[in-house]
Amino acid sequence: MTDTTATGGLLLPWPDADGEPFWEYARRGELRVQTCADCGLRRFPPRPCCPRCHGFDSRWDLLSGRGRIWSFVVAHPPLLPAYAEHAPYPVAVVELDDAPGIRLVGTLTGSVRRPDAPPDDVDPGRLRIGAPVQAVFQTLAPGVTVPRWALTGPADRTAAGGRPG
Amino acid sequence: MLKDRAAIVGIGQTRFARQLDEPEKTLACRAVLAALDDAGIDPSEVDALASYTMEETDEVELAKSIGAGDITFFSRTGFGGGGSCATVAHLAMAVATGQASVGVAWRARKRGSGVRPWTSTSVQLPTPAQWTRPFGLLRPADEIGMLARRYMHEYGATRDHFFNVALACRNRANQNPAAVMYDRPLTREMYMDARWISEPLCLYDNCLETDGALACVVVGAERARDCRRRPVYVHAAAQGLPAQHHGMVNYWTDDPLTGPAWAAARHLWKHADFGPQDIDAAQIYDAFTPLVPLSLEGYGFCGRGEGAAFTEGGALELGGRLPLNTGGGGLSEGYVHGFNLINEGVKQLRGTSTAQVPNAATCLVTAGEGVPTSALLLRS
Repeated sequence: MTDTTATGGLLLPWPDADGEPFWEYARRGELRVQTCADCGLRRFPPRPCCPRCHGFDSRWDLLSGRGRIWSFVVAHPPLLPAYAEHAPYPVAVVELDDAPGIRLVGTLTGSVRRPDAPPDDVDPGRLRIGAPVQAVFQTLAPGVTVPRWALTGPADRTAAGGRPG
Repeated sequence: MLKDRAAIVGIGQTRFARQLDEPEKTLACRAVLAALDDAGIDPSEVDALASYTMEETDEVELAKSIGAGDITFFSRTGFGGGGSCATVAHLAMAVATGQASVGVAWRARKRGSGVRPWTSTSVQLPTPAQWTRPFGLLRPADEIGMLARRYMHEYGATRDHFFNVALACRNRANQNPAAVMYDRPLTREMYMDARWISEPLCLYDNCLETDGALACVVVGAERARDCRRRPVYVHAAAQGLPAQHHGMVNYWTDDPLTGPAWAAARHLWKHADFGPQDIDAAQIYDAFTPLVPLSLEGYGFCGRGEGAAFTEGGALELGGRLPLNTGGGGLSEGYVHGFNLINEGVKQLRGTSTAQVPNAATCLVTAGEGVPTSALLLRS
């Protein structure tokens, strides 16, 4: 059923030229999104040119990583074996506080201090649409880092280094 | 204008089952030959072919197997189940503009006995899947489940609404001896107690996994009048890839609950002599139950956020406001990437459905919602 034994059966990002900077910044623990250098429009997923002004130059803006749960599912089997062992586990779509309309998918952890917690770390019964979360970074495989989401209260947000805003 | 200038004059299908022994290519040939026989047209007259992606049998293999003549038009639409109705749309355009005279569209699939597409981890993830699957969102059920929960949150939709969809499809399948679920009734208790697949979606919110094949034959209106069966006219057809859409996972637009159906519907109704209130039966793509309320809104049967409530009071049953998926649909007849919805639309307008709507004269058929889509307005 699965044919990537070298990665423990996990689906790893396979970046294209446009998406590679996102993953490069993620390896440094930074959540950045592609932004048009000419008109400032933030866009996701990354692409060659700006759909508004058609400029081809872009920069990558650093975001706070703060967001709110836009929706979530709880995945049950059948799943790939590497995921089934942690099922059921929740996955969320998070709307970013400083880039509304850009929503990122990710698994959840109960605390910003546990970025590497298993995907079933959070009891799905605790989840609500609108709950605040903070991006943390998990190393899935050597050189492969993905953002995921830590549930936060106001205190956790300070601990995570979230800037007021 | 395309209006009524082409017609579906033949339909064919194989048996539907969890597992069929014959290879996909064989199933494709059987369905195509059955459709041509139904139309009374010799395979050597076929000069146009249309299919959609994830089809294993290509044009060359099909044409030489069935003994087609010179093919002068062939097209393949992308995005899997979103392309089902586009095949008929392309053939209708081809025969209406003189690019061809006899078109065949088909779909063969071994999904019941074959591998699930999402279990392949060795192929490069296409955009936008690379932005979801490495984050733990593996399957189409998860991707649509995400929209379903948001829809429930915004509009007060409940699992009972999704059950209404599953039940209507199952009830029609129970009338259709060819349906996989012909002898398997569904109750509310079964639905509510079913195992989760991706909460809020349970087993019965997901389509079947089916082996089978279907095909149909499209010719110009003039020729259609001389065919063996009553023609079913392609009144209007549309494809829909809305501005800034992202594919199956459409989480990055301003409003992810407004899917490709809305774009297809705007074009469809603009070219039609009738409106949603005049539709006698609807065959709406139902890979997952929440796609139905979202599509009801998109195609204008109700307002934004009203799709769930629309399903109440037996509205989708025979005799209701909008009889749905009268052969059982992908949820209960068979999941053959939506092609069975096209053929069921034809059966309704011929008056030969196993769940016939009395005097049905108009039918909407839709392709996969959520992905770049397509739709047909058929009339008798």
